[in-house]
Amino acid sequence: MARLWAVVVKEFLQVRRDRMTFAMILGIPLIQLILFGFAINSDPKHLPAAILLADDGPQGRTLLYGIQNSSYFDFTRALRTELEARQALARGEVQFVISIPENFSRELLRGKQPSVLVEADATDPSATGQAIASLRSLLDSSLQNDLKGPLSFLAGTEGPVDLRIHPLYNPDAITQYNIVPGLMGVVLTMEMVMITGLAMTRERERGTMENLLSMPTRPVEVLMGKIIPYVLLGYVQVTLILIAARFLFHVPMVGNIILLLLVALIFIAANLAMGVTISTVAKNQLQAMQMAFFFFLPSILLSGFMFPFRGMPHWAQMIGEILPLTHFLRIVRGILLKGNGVKEVSLQVWQIALFATIALSIGIKRYRRTLD
Amino acid sequence: MSDALAIDVRGMTKRFGRLTAVDHIDLQVRAGEICGFLGPNGSGKTTFIRMLCGLLRPDDGQGTCLGENVITGSEEIKRQVGYMTQRFSFWEDLSIVENLDFVARMYSVKNRREAVRSSIERLGLGERQKQLAGQLSGGWKQRLALAACMIHDPKLLLLDEPTAGVDPKARRDFWEEIHRLAAEGLTFLIATHYMDEAERCHRLAYIAKGKLLTHGTVSEVIAEAHLTTWSVSGPDLLALSDQLQGRPGVQQAVAFGNALHVSGGDAAALEQAIQPFRTSPHEWRQVESGLEDVFIHLMDETHHNALE
Repeated sequence: MARLWAVVVKEFLQVRRDRMTFAMILGIPLIQLILFGFAINSDPKHLPAAILLADDGPQGRTLLYGIQNSSYFDFTRALRTELEARQALARGEVQFVISIPENFSRELLRGKQPSVLVEADATDPSATGQAIASLRSLLDSSLQNDLKGPLSFLAGTEGPVDLRIHPLYNPDAITQYNIVPGLMGVVLTMEMVMITGLAMTRERERGTMENLLSMPTRPVEVLMGKIIPYVLLGYVQVTLILIAARFLFHVPMVGNIILLLLVALIFIAANLAMGVTISTVAKNQLQAMQMAFFFFLPSILLSGFMFPFRGMPHWAQMIGEILPLTHFLRIVRGILLKGNGVKEVSLQVWQIALFATIALSIGIKRYRRTLD
Repeated sequence: MSDALAIDVRGMTKRFGRLTAVDHIDLQVRAGEICGFLGPNGSGKTTFIRMLCGLLRPDDGQGTCLGENVITGSEEIKRQVGYMTQRFSFWEDLSIVENLDFVARMYSVKNRREAVRSSIERLGLGERQKQLAGQLSGGWKQRLALAACMIHDPKLLLLDEPTAGVDPKARRDFWEEIHRLAAEGLTFLIATHYMDEAERCHRLAYIAKGKLLTHGTVSEVIAEAHLTTWSVSGPDLLALSDQLQGRPGVQQAVAFGNALHVSGGDAAALEQAIQPFRTSPHEWRQVESGLEDVFIHLMDETHHNALE
């Protein structure tokens, strides 16, 4: 009993001195509570939608008004052409495009059941599912006031309008098509940050750093030398996931794989830079692991990998926008499922590159050439 | 060559917060000399060595190391210096030959393969070259470390307690190697705790609490201490020691095997102090002060000074 107590007291003393572990014990549940409690929402509302209104009658507007009132859709843009609509969807600027054709009001009143076309970016089925499901009854109820009295026959048994939904990019709503490409980003984030974080702190912990520093080298040689092998390892992982995606999960690959591989390099670099920065702050391997976890947790939860990005509150989206994984997910899904090219992905690429640059400058600035 | 100074620094100072680890140390070591660097734990030996090879930035001080400015020339100094760390600092998950090859590449050694091969041969590591460094015993690790920090033909070797944890035979072999290399013109600065090793050095520097206390050849250091030492043998030396301690004139009474060494700075006062105890069965005789007597004396003095 005395010995048991001795071990308990010793552990407490050590935990108390290990401030990082102490921070983990308090920090991890707090972060999880906040993220899961406030940020995550599996029933996303206020999804950005564009309208393509060709009708000049009153019923078209009534219909749109009704849709906007549902809180599922926020009309952010008015478009003119189908081409613009496709571009807005490809870039992920809007989740939906709702098209109301010419002469909609007239045909409605004539009982011809005019069609309303809703194109959805369905790469992530969970982001659009609820909104689409609500559309049918939304259309009917928003036109209810207009179709009263003598016009009530128009409501009919099949509804006054013909609702056509085109779930683009992932028409069968297969979750794997969204998850498997996304997993590439998640695996790279986890591995690259941790592996470089450990690679540098290991030298310090084992005392080999002193030896390395006593040799005539420049920091950039050591840092780059440490990073390059892991870039190659990252590519092994990318290839593995792509092969599995293609042959195991039959994920469509519409876009240019070479472009994806090029962008992956920037993404890998961003994560390695994060790892290097962690390693210059962490005192030992355990701390490096813990810091990597602190980075990994929001990356998984706030990037749109597990939960729809647009379902999160504004502040959570702001944090998500900083993380390289958020942008990489958009790029991977965009290239593989939507067939996006350089033009559509370039904005996201710049945001990852910016993150990489900032992280690496902090890393190089903090890298110590001496033991001071 | 023998007149040139390999190390010539003045006023070297390093502070860590409020602690002054190295306090204005001057040190000159001639090329081809073996300089023993002595002092108790935490006296600043490692810090001083790290400043010489550019691992720590001195807060104050100036001078040259191998003719290069010790403050601004650390990149060039690193190229010509071999530094053996106190704790084994090669890669335990690399084999002997992989470690040597890596170091050779880092120093851009010409004819790298040949340099690695001859280094393995010279140190008798041939049969073990594929073995992981982490699996080696203390003595073999030390051999590997020495081989690795010499692969780029340094002119100066800074060895920080190279023989700690190494058995006596390996230590003797090690010192023979050091003397052979010094004869070839290499300069050594060797931090050590062992007195027998100190006696093998051409020159000694003793530091305590960051200050250089004495500096010179073995006989100079002993002579400079002006210490008189008596050796006494017989029964109950421990009790005798207790009685002697604190008597005026007796600065220290230290057990050396079956004898007690009683020393003091003032020969007459010491003789007077021991007079009442010079009775049978104790046998007293005056001996020459050894290095160890001197160092214990120096250590005590700094301790007393610190207390005042």
